[in-house]
Amino acid sequence: MAHDTPEKIRSHAEHEYLKKKRSTEMRHQLTSFAIMIFLTLIAFTMVAAGFSAYLIVPIILLLAAVQVVLQLYHFMHLSNKGHGTVAFFMFSGMFVAFITVLALVTIVWW
Amino acid sequence: MSSLAQKKGFGAVIWDYLTTVDHKKIAILYLISGGFFFLVGGLEAMMIRIQLMKAGNDFLSAGLYNEIITMHGTTMIFLAAMPLLLAFMNAVMPLQIGARDVAFPFLNSLGFWLFFFGGIFLNLSWFMGGAPDAGWTNYASLALASEGHGIDFYSLGLTISGFGTLIAGINFLVTIINMRAPGMTYMRMPLFTWTTFVASALILLAFPPLTIGLFFMVFDRLFGANFFAVNMGGNTIIWEHLFWIFGHPEVYILILPAFGIFSEIFAIFSRKRLFGYTALVFATILIGFYGFMVWAHHMFTVGLGPTANAVFALATMIIAVPTGIKIFNWLLTIWGGSISFTVPMVYAVAFIPSFVAGGVTGVMQAMAPLDYQLHDSYFIVAHFHYVIVGGVVLGILAGTHLYWPKMFGTMLSEKLGMITFWFFFIGFHLTFFIQHFLGLMGMPRRVYTFGADQGWDLFNMISSVGALFMAIGVLVLLVNVVLTTVKNVRVGNDPWGDGRTLEWAIPSPPPFYNFAQTPLVRGLDTYWIEKMEGNKEGMVYAEPLGDVHMPNGSIIPLIMSFGMFVAAFGALYFLDDTKPWALAVLIIGLGITFGSMLVRSLKDDLGFHITKEELIEDAKRGGNTDGLK
Ligand code: HEM
Ligand SMILES: [Cu+2]
Repeated sequence: MAHDTPEKIRSHAEHEYLKKKRSTEMRHQLTSFAIMIFLTLIAFTMVAAGFSAYLIVPIILLLAAVQVVLQLYHFMHLSNKGHGTVAFFMFSGMFVAFITVLALVTIVWW
Repeated sequence: MSSLAQKKGFGAVIWDYLTTVDHKKIAILYLISGGFFFLVGGLEAMMIRIQLMKAGNDFLSAGLYNEIITMHGTTMIFLAAMPLLLAFMNAVMPLQIGARDVAFPFLNSLGFWLFFFGGIFLNLSWFMGGAPDAGWTNYASLALASEGHGIDFYSLGLTISGFGTLIAGINFLVTIINMRAPGMTYMRMPLFTWTTFVASALILLAFPPLTIGLFFMVFDRLFGANFFAVNMGGNTIIWEHLFWIFGHPEVYILILPAFGIFSEIFAIFSRKRLFGYTALVFATILIGFYGFMVWAHHMFTVGLGPTANAVFALATMIIAVPTGIKIFNWLLTIWGGSISFTVPMVYAVAFIPSFVAGGVTGVMQAMAPLDYQLHDSYFIVAHFHYVIVGGVVLGILAGTHLYWPKMFGTMLSEKLGMITFWFFFIGFHLTFFIQHFLGLMGMPRRVYTFGADQGWDLFNMISSVGALFMAIGVLVLLVNVVLTTVKNVRVGNDPWGDGRTLEWAIPSPPPFYNFAQTPLVRGLDTYWIEKMEGNKEGMVYAEPLGDVHMPNGSIIPLIMSFGMFVAAFGALYFLDDTKPWALAVLIIGLGITFGSMLVRSLKDDLGFHITKEELIEDAKRGGNTDGLK
């Protein structure tokens, strides 16, 4: 319950540790943000450069997948402790959905 | 909010059940309504067997026969088997993990009422112009051509009750992930909790495809869309895919909890730790995954092409492997145990050969070329009844006997239980074994009669006699329930004497807060460990005795579900020219639902506390108050 959460009093060492941890986290977020911008730029450039659609589509899909993973781990805190079950469920759900949709689409429309 | 134990009038008891959010009472609601639908489905089954008793019978007309087989299958799967299993999950799983309730008690009640109103809606079709008649699989080419509103009752009713099931599944997942008592690691969870967990994950992933399929169906039939209408550029096969993407996981949603119940029974009545606990857990998870990758084995004859058929045939055969692992683990659990043949144990022992027979015919059907012979014949009917009756229904009957004392505080009679068992078991094999041969002799499924010159008379007669035996068994069970309730001989915490898991460490039925103090779990088979170490209390505690926070009951889930029920009638008659009021009914129904959601969101309901003094007082009185206020 929110209303009876006790106030936490941290020792100096704890405080320092948290500070350090937060700054690394921040650095990670900034790096991945930069990477994401860069990936987006690649995608736009490819389209602008007018490559064949057979090249562009798979590459953009791949870039999108990388973006999703970066997003999940660095911004949505999937890397934090205690998210194992969540990650397991998400990835097995995605896996099942992916296989199912793939099989369905190939059977019906190929 | 205090005075825990008081005599209350009949009206107060009813009101209490209508508003309850207590998982143990919701379990009883599921048990009663699931049991009711089981009887309805059973009645339909008897009518089918009477019709097929002899050649050229005219007990049922062809059209009525189609309605009855459709409603029999739909009722048994969605309104009987699933709710009955949900009853045991609700009654037992939170106790097994040492929790005071499920994670979302309000949603638990909402899930039940949605299922209930969906089921009632579906069955009202009998009185409102005819039941659905396109089979429980409701294949689109049949369904779109079906006249009247039967199919609409099917799709709307299942949409509503499907939401209920989905809510229940999500609730159990969250409960098991977050509410295990200290020390209850994943690999210490009792097997019934594990199978509940995996079955809930399957519900989470399998019900959305069904909901989508049903939505398309509703739109095609009631709002003029053309998803499945081939003459308008739609694709009728997509319904089959969506249905079976849901349908095959569904059969595992049914069988896994039954596996869980049997695992508990084998360990309890062999007085041994489960053999190969880890293997059983991983086999369960593996079955969960494979269950999604085999759906097209129901569609071998559709013309998917040799590649697709080969891939799905192989994938299907692989499922038999984890299932086989489980069978061997159970056998080795019994092996060398100190066995007592109580009613639940007898069911469990009978389950093994029955289910294996169903598995073997399953693997036969998985061979695509052979399935061209078997498909849509009575062989298929024999197969799925062997797995569903020989697996799921025996599991439910075993669970009823095993958990009856925990749910109601009285023991069902062992003697009557044995009578039920023998009637049911013999009747089951009599009915369905012979149907394998009827199938091989060419008798098609879902056809309302057959000719005297086809040579199927005798076998059909035997099959119908078997059905009568099963009916007698069920009637004896009902007598048993009534007698037990009337006699009302109360039992203690561990009535079987060999309970291993936490639910047997607390009174029967448990107090409404389950555990006065949260238990500390020190290993697999928690209660057994404490018993072996001579701990009289049966538990060690993870916290000192203190106030317990409990949720308030609420009537809102019932009203919310009722709104959906009303709206469904509006949707049903939406296109009828003669019923201009349909739109208004649709809007009113949705208004009730969203209005009650609004009330729920705006009104703070913080629950209440049971004080330490009340807990102590309650413990002195034996501790099994039901919290009627
Ligand atoms: C060894 C595991 C199993 C295998 C290999 C298997 C295989 C199959 C196959 C290939 C079919 C389609 C046959 C056809 O229509 O031509 C089928 C039908 C069916 N199976 Fe199984 N099965 C297995 C276990 C189960 C279990 C555990 C259940 C339920 C608890 C189940 C329930 C059903 C049902 C209900 C149908 C008929 C659906 C319908 O057409 O109405 N099966 N099975
Ligand atoms: Cu299947």
